[in-house]
Amino acid sequence: MDAVLDVLLDIFTQPAVIVALIALIGLGVQGKSFSDVLKGTIRTLVGFLVLAAGAGVVVGSLDPFGAMFQQAFNVQGVVPNNEAIVAQVLLDYGSAAALIFFFGMIVNIVLAATTRFKYIYLSGHVAFYIAAMFAVILGVAGFEPWAVVLWGSLAQGIYMVVSPALVQPFMRKVTGSDDVALGHTGAAGIALSGLVSKLTRGKGSSKSTEEISFPSGLGFLRDTTVIVALSMAVIYIIVGLFAGAPYIETELSGGQNFIVFLALQAATFSAGVFIILAGVRVVLAEIVPAFKGISEKLVKNAKPALDVPIVFTFAPNAVLIGFLASFAGGIVGMLGMAAMGTAIIIPGVVAHFMTGAASGVIGNAVGGRRGAVLGAFANGVAITFLPLFLLPVLGDIGFSNSTFSDSDYGVFGLILGGVSGAGGQIAVIVTLVAAIVALYVATFALRGRDKRIAAAAARENDAPVATS
Amino acid sequence: MTKFLAVCSSGLGSSFMVHMNIDKVLKELGVTGITVDHADLGSVSRGDADAIFVGRDIAEAAAGLGDDVVVLDSIIDLNELRTKVDAAVQRHA
Repeated sequence: MDAVLDVLLDIFTQPAVIVALIALIGLGVQGKSFSDVLKGTIRTLVGFLVLAAGAGVVVGSLDPFGAMFQQAFNVQGVVPNNEAIVAQVLLDYGSAAALIFFFGMIVNIVLAATTRFKYIYLSGHVAFYIAAMFAVILGVAGFEPWAVVLWGSLAQGIYMVVSPALVQPFMRKVTGSDDVALGHTGAAGIALSGLVSKLTRGKGSSKSTEEISFPSGLGFLRDTTVIVALSMAVIYIIVGLFAGAPYIETELSGGQNFIVFLALQAATFSAGVFIILAGVRVVLAEIVPAFKGISEKLVKNAKPALDVPIVFTFAPNAVLIGFLASFAGGIVGMLGMAAMGTAIIIPGVVAHFMTGAASGVIGNAVGGRRGAVLGAFANGVAITFLPLFLLPVLGDIGFSNSTFSDSDYGVFGLILGGVSGAGGQIAVIVTLVAAIVALYVATFALRGRDKRIAAAAARENDAPVATS
Repeated sequence: MTKFLAVCSSGLGSSFMVHMNIDKVLKELGVTGITVDHADLGSVSRGDADAIFVGRDIAEAAAGLGDDVVVLDSIIDLNELRTKVDAAVQRHA
């Protein structure tokens, strides 16, 4: 009997199996045919293993980076990249992360259906990443595995409605409607951009970024594989020059020319991210449509919270200006860290692009080109320091050479980790329960206002319907 | 088999959403026999799909991905998508 139990336990504690089971449920509720269910379930199982394999590739290329950075500057150098850190986290916390991701969607639907926070967080990839972070923080806090999943799922569900709500006042200015929300783990920084833009707006209005004629030709920035390889090559080689060719050629490259070695390691990092992304894509393929379908049935007036590129088409110039301003903020932040002698967070180009560009669009909608620049710069500084503060909360994961790159990991991770550090498990539970109570209190308190808004919206109901 | 592909820079979020919306539109139009998928810019090569759907922010980067690249002015506008999917169906049916 025990032997059977052991085998079952072996099977059902495998994250790949859990993810496959979630996909199985997703396919089942979509009413797919037997062959589709079988195909989708196995694809998901394999997809998760692909993702895990990518972790090895990424870590292999980050190890020499970490050693070299230590040699050159005598502090820890950290590359913020969601894919790189999540793949590593999943090796240890995969089962908990997958279950938090799954039950978090259910909590999201319940909260969206019963509170005024009607957001359905459809950006499955970042939802999966933040589930992984919650799994780490609650694991480090010492919760039992079942409690990690329970409280993690609540945290996840709360996150999925609160994060889009932070940006929604500014999103309405961008899209001109309240039908679509932003669902991305850069939300806190993007909302900060809106706020900074509002505060610095002054009386005279700054012109929109879209009235500037701006050079195009930077389309290659949008190809993740290329931009990750290029930016990492620049970073690796700069750090390599500080570490010195002799050190690299004797200690790391086994005699290979150091520039060749570093360029290839940077390309290998990009290859690892490529593999992880392919895995994530397969893992989400069967789960997100089921989530979308169920939420459409169960939540009236749901507002889909979607990935950041949905705002890019509203202001293409602000996208580029926002990226550049955010990246500048990242560089300034990095220099600040070097002066203070802390671990150093290298500006992650992908994070600065995605969240910086969205910050630029939001900043522009609120306060014109000045808002776009200042808001995105503030986001850039935020996503440089937040990961630094987050490192101690992550336990052993904080000592790897990579970390979570967007603002929400920092904000929500620090809240949960800080509460846990100050008051232990009880404090975490109290905080989560209090957050849920607060969502309902806000719903009841603002019900009257909601009704007036609904009445106003009903009068001009011929606005075009976006994604439903 | 006709294939439509939605593409964005990482192939995770917005392309997946466009993919799901294309599925929805095809169902509304009563069109069957078209496979829909999503991918990132880096892993698409010419001939992977009959029509490729991208947001106008990556139109430039996606120009060489196929003979029929459909550029969406707003990737959250279902009406625009419906019109453009319908037209693409006519071209490839």
